[in-house]
Amino acid sequence: MEERKYAAYLCKGCGIGEVIDFAELSKVATREAKLQNVKEHDILCSPEGLEMIKQDIANEGVNCLLIGACSPRVKFEEFDFPGCIIERVGLRELVAWTQDPENKETQPLAEDYIRMYGAKIKKTDLPEPFQHEEELSKTILVIGGGAAGLAAALFAARNEYEVILVEKEADLGGYGAKLHRATPSSYPYTQLQDPPVFAKIKEVEAEPNIRVLTNTQVVKMEGQPGLLDVTLSINGAEETMRIGAIVMAVGWKPYDATKLGHLGYGASPDVITILEMEEMAKNGKIVRPSDGKVPESVAFVLCAGQRDPEHLPYCSDICCATSVKQALYVREANPNAAAMILYTDIRIPGQLELFYKEAQSDPGLMFTKAEVTGVEPAPGGVLKVSAQDTLLGENVAFEADLVVLATGMVPVTADDPVLQLEYRQGPGLPDLELFNGFADSNFICFPYETRRTAIYAAGGTRQPMGMGMAMDDGVGAALKAIQAIEHNAAAMAVHPRAWDETFPDPIMQRCTQCKRCTEECPFGAIDEDEKGTPFFKINRCRRCGTCMGACPERIINFKDFSVDILGSMFKSLDVPTEDDLEDEEEEVPLRLLGLVCENDAYPALDAAGLHKLKIDPTVRFVPLRCMGSFNLVWVSDAFSRGVDGMLLLGCKHGDDYQCHFAKGSELCAYRLTKLSETLDKLGLEADRVQLIEIAISEYDKLPQIVDDFVKRLQEIGPNPFKGM
Amino acid sequence: MSADNNKILVVGGGMSGLTAAIEAAESGAQVILTEKEPYLGGRVAQLHRYFPKLCPPTCGLEIQFRRIRENPRITFHTMAEVTQVSGSAGEFEVTVQVKPRYVNDRCVACDACAEACPSWRVNDFNYGLDKTKAAYLPYDMAFPLKYVIDMSACTGDCGQKCAEACQYEAIDLNMQPQTFTYQVGAIVLASGWELYDVSQVETLGAGQVKNVITNMQMERLAAANGPTGGKIQRPSDNQPPKRVAFVQCAGSRDENHLPYCSYICCMASLKQVTYLREQNPESEATVFYIDLRTPGRYEQFMWKVRDDEGVNLIRGKVAKVEQQPGTDNVVVTVEDTVSGRKLKETFDMVVLAAGMVPTTKNSPFPLPLSYTPEGFVIPELLPDGVFAVASMKSPLDVMKSNEDATGAALKSLISLSRR
Repeated sequence: MEERKYAAYLCKGCGIGEVIDFAELSKVATREAKLQNVKEHDILCSPEGLEMIKQDIANEGVNCLLIGACSPRVKFEEFDFPGCIIERVGLRELVAWTQDPENKETQPLAEDYIRMYGAKIKKTDLPEPFQHEEELSKTILVIGGGAAGLAAALFAARNEYEVILVEKEADLGGYGAKLHRATPSSYPYTQLQDPPVFAKIKEVEAEPNIRVLTNTQVVKMEGQPGLLDVTLSINGAEETMRIGAIVMAVGWKPYDATKLGHLGYGASPDVITILEMEEMAKNGKIVRPSDGKVPESVAFVLCAGQRDPEHLPYCSDICCATSVKQALYVREANPNAAAMILYTDIRIPGQLELFYKEAQSDPGLMFTKAEVTGVEPAPGGVLKVSAQDTLLGENVAFEADLVVLATGMVPVTADDPVLQLEYRQGPGLPDLELFNGFADSNFICFPYETRRTAIYAAGGTRQPMGMGMAMDDGVGAALKAIQAIEHNAAAMAVHPRAWDETFPDPIMQRCTQCKRCTEECPFGAIDEDEKGTPFFKINRCRRCGTCMGACPERIINFKDFSVDILGSMFKSLDVPTEDDLEDEEEEVPLRLLGLVCENDAYPALDAAGLHKLKIDPTVRFVPLRCMGSFNLVWVSDAFSRGVDGMLLLGCKHGDDYQCHFAKGSELCAYRLTKLSETLDKLGLEADRVQLIEIAISEYDKLPQIVDDFVKRLQEIGPNPFKGM
Repeated sequence: MSADNNKILVVGGGMSGLTAAIEAAESGAQVILTEKEPYLGGRVAQLHRYFPKLCPPTCGLEIQFRRIRENPRITFHTMAEVTQVSGSAGEFEVTVQVKPRYVNDRCVACDACAEACPSWRVNDFNYGLDKTKAAYLPYDMAFPLKYVIDMSACTGDCGQKCAEACQYEAIDLNMQPQTFTYQVGAIVLASGWELYDVSQVETLGAGQVKNVITNMQMERLAAANGPTGGKIQRPSDNQPPKRVAFVQCAGSRDENHLPYCSYICCMASLKQVTYLREQNPESEATVFYIDLRTPGRYEQFMWKVRDDEGVNLIRGKVAKVEQQPGTDNVVVTVEDTVSGRKLKETFDMVVLAAGMVPTTKNSPFPLPLSYTPEGFVIPELLPDGVFAVASMKSPLDVMKSNEDATGAALKSLISLSRR
C-alpha cells in the first residue's frame, strides 16, 4: 500500500454508546492511536453508516479502517471493503455487553482496545500472495491400487486432472479383487453382489488421464506439494516425477493369525482365517484343508483378535457382515451344512441390518453371542469350540468341522512410513500411534486430513472399513487433493485457513539456526540444512503461526500477524501506576491480557457477550491464530509495560486434542514450562501467566475462569516493574 | 468450467450440506445452498458434544461458517425450500422459495424485539423442552446471527411491539415470500434426518410417562445453551436424576417401526452416559442394548464408558417402560438375554435412543426420485447430475457424513465439467 490513510469508525449502536464515553474514546483514537479521521455513528452497520465509510474511501482516500463496533464474526458482509486494511474490534461484545457501565474500569477497557487496534493497524499489511519461481504441478499421485485408490484415481481423472496410480503388486484391485462375492451395498440389501472392484479396474484402465504403474513403490519424495519430486521404483527402474498432491490409499493387511494360538490357529489346518475362507470360496471349493471334505458344520468366530487390548484394540468394522456372507457361502455350497456365528455383538449397522435380518431367516444359520475361550482338535477329526457367556448357557462347547476366525485389519501405515518423505521431521505421518497406526486424524468435521499438507489418506489405511466405504473414501480424498492443488495455485492456504493468502516470511539474516521452528511445526513444513538454517516450504504450511511463536529472534512474520504486531499492541496499553491514583486509599487496578484462540475461545467470548455475562474489566482480550503462535517474547513486552498477568485460553490438547493445528495448544503449554524459569529469574511469579483449556461451547465458564485468574493476580499483587 | 454453468445447488445446510457446499466452492464451483431452518448447522448444532472426542460441534461449525464468510462463491438462503426442478444434468432450473423471516439484514441481534414480544412458541431447537418468544434467535451461536419471527405464534394483537422496540428498522412484518430461480449444473441433496417419533413405540412410554425423554432432548439438556443452562434435570420436577436408563433401539431394528439400524444411537447413548456421570458422580447409568455397535476405533470409547464404575451395560431389549404408581419414577421391564433373568428396575429418568428417519420420508424432494419404503434415497437410481449425501441414503454418523459429502462435492464438479 503506497500511501496509508487511517480512519477509525466508532459505533454507538447496540448499547455501546450507553456504556462508553465516546468523546473520550474519540480522543484516544485521534491523539494516542493517531488515526487521522475519527468518526462516530449511531448505527454503523446501517446503510447510512456504511455509506459514510464508502464515501471516505472514495473521496478521502481512506484505506486503513479501524472499525470499533461489533465482533468481526458478525456483519462481515457489511464491513467488507475490498482493497482496504480492516481491523475490527468488538466493542459491543468485549465492552458494552460484558461490562458494567458504572464500573470505572469500563472506559479504560474500551480505550485500551482502541489503542491496541490502533497500534495493530499501523503495522498490518495486505497479503501479497506467495510467488513460486517454477510452475506448480497439478498431477495427483494415488498410492495404492485397491478400492480406495481406484476410486480416487478415477474421479480425479474425470475431473480432468492427470493421475499417477501406483500399486506395489502386479495387479490392481487389492483385497477387493480377492473377494468371491461382496456384501450388498444397495437396497434391498439382501443379495450378495459381484465385487465392484473389477468394474472399477476396467474404468481406470480405460481412462486416458490415468497412468497406471504396477509393481511400483515409492522410493522418496522431496520438495513440497506442487513441486514435489517423487521418485518411484517401477519394476525396479527408478523414475522421478513432479507431483501436486497425494492420495494415500495403501490399505491394510490381515492381523497375523499365528498370534491367535488360543483360537486354534496353527493347531489344526481346519482353523482358517476369514481371508483363507474367501480364497477357498473364490476357488469354488469350500472344504476342510485337512482332508478335503466338504464341512457339515462351520463355526465362525468373530472378533478373532479384535476388540482385544492384547491384540487389536479396535473393531475392524467389516468382519460381522463378511462372516455372515461366508456363512451363506457355506450354505450355498452345501444346503445340509450348518453355520454357527459366534459373536460379541453383531455389528452390521445402518441399512445393512436388512441383510442381517434376511440371513437370520435361514434355518441353517445359527447366531449366538459367545466369548470363545478356545478352539482345539477333538476326537473324530472335528474341532471343539469352547465358549462362555452365551445365550445358550454359561459354559458351552460346540463341535465343528471347520472354524473360521474373523481376523482383523491392520493398517499398512502401522509399521511402514509409506511416503518416504525427505522432510526434516521424518519420512511418514507423525504420531499415528494415537490412531492405532491408522493414517487418521482427530478431526470429526474434517475427514482425510493428515499432518502433511496436500497428502490425504483414504480407505482401510485411514480407518477400518469395507470396500464400498473405501471407494467413497477415495472420491472424497481426491476432492481434497484437487482442492490443495488449486489453493496452492492461487497461493492460498488449505484447511483450516483455506482463505488465507498470508504466509510466514522470515527475516533470514537474523536467524540463529536454533531449529525451534523446524522442530515444532505441526505440519513439518520447514526443512533445514546441516547448519540448521530453515527453509520454509510454503505449500506445506497451514499458517498456524507455530513457527512464529517458536522463534526466539522474533523474525517470523505474517503480513497481518507478527510478533511485532502483537507486541506493539501490548506496548500500546495504558497501564495506570500509583501516580495516576486520585485517592491514596485506592489500589492500582490490574492490567491483564487475555490471549485467546480465534476459533474457539474468541467465539466463546462473543457468546458470553450475547448472554450478557459479566467479565472482569481488567482483562484485554486479543485473538491469536492458534495458541501455537504464542511467543514468549510477548511476556517481556507486556510485563515491561507494566501488565500484571497473561491469561491464555486455548483448546484442549493431549490424545483427544481439539486444536485444529493439532499441536498448537500443546506447544504453547510446553513453552510455558520454560517460562517459569525466566519469570523466576526476574522475581516474577509463575502464576502470572496461565494457560487454561476452554472449548467454544463453554462460554458460561468464562466469567469464573477470568475471575479466578484475577483473584490469583490480586493475591500476587501488582507487577513490580509497573511504571519503571 | 465456464462461468455460466458451474453452479451447484446444495439442498440442506446441515453438516453434510455445508461440507458439500464449501468443499465444492473451494474447488472452484459457484454454490447455492438452501436451508429450511432460519440458521445453518442443522442437527449437529443441537448436539452438546460429538463422540468419541467429546468436543463441541460448534467448533467445527465455526470453521465452516468462517469458510462461508470468506468465500464469495457461496450464496446461501435460510428459511428456503426448493419447490421445483426442471431440466437435466448440466442445465437444471430450480425454484427456491424463501419464507419471510420478518426480520431484515439490519438486525443486530440485540434482543429488543424478543423482550418486547408478548407471545410464546414451543422451542423446536430444544425439542420442545422450553419456549421462546415469537420473535427469537434460534440459538446463541446461530449463523447468520439474526432474529426471526414465528408468525404462527405471533398473535398480532400487541400493536407491533417488536417493530416499535427495534431501533434498527430491522422488523418488517409485511415481508413477503421471495422466489429465486437458478440455473445449476448439478444438485446435491443433503436434507438429512429427523428423529423418529418414539411415541409410536407405545411400550416405551414416550409422551405418556413423565420422565421419559429422547436422546436429542438429552443433548439439549446437557448443553450450556439449552433449556436448563446445561444442567441435566428430569422434566417432572427439575431435579437432577440419579439413576438413568438408556433404552437402545427405540424404534430401530424393529419391523414395526424402523427395520434398519440407525447407526449412531449406541455411540450417542454412551456419550450421553458421560454427560450424566460428569455432572453427578453419584449418578448411575444403565444402557439396555441388543448389540453394542461401536464400530472401528469407537471401540475404545466404549471401553472407557464400560469401565466407569457407575455404568452398567446390559444386553436385552426393553419390553416395557411405565410410570411407577405414586411417583414420577420410571419402571423398565427387560430381559437380560445373557443371564436369562427378567429384570424390573426403577429409574429416575429414561432416555430413549430414538432412531433416524430421512427427511425425504415425510417431505420428498420435488423430483421423481426412487426411495426405499423407509424413505431413503436409492442412490443408484438418481437422475444424472443429482447426488444424495449421507443420511439421505443410509443412517451415518457425522464423520462419515462429512466423508460422503466431500466425495459428493467432487462428483458434482465432474458432472459440471463434463457437460
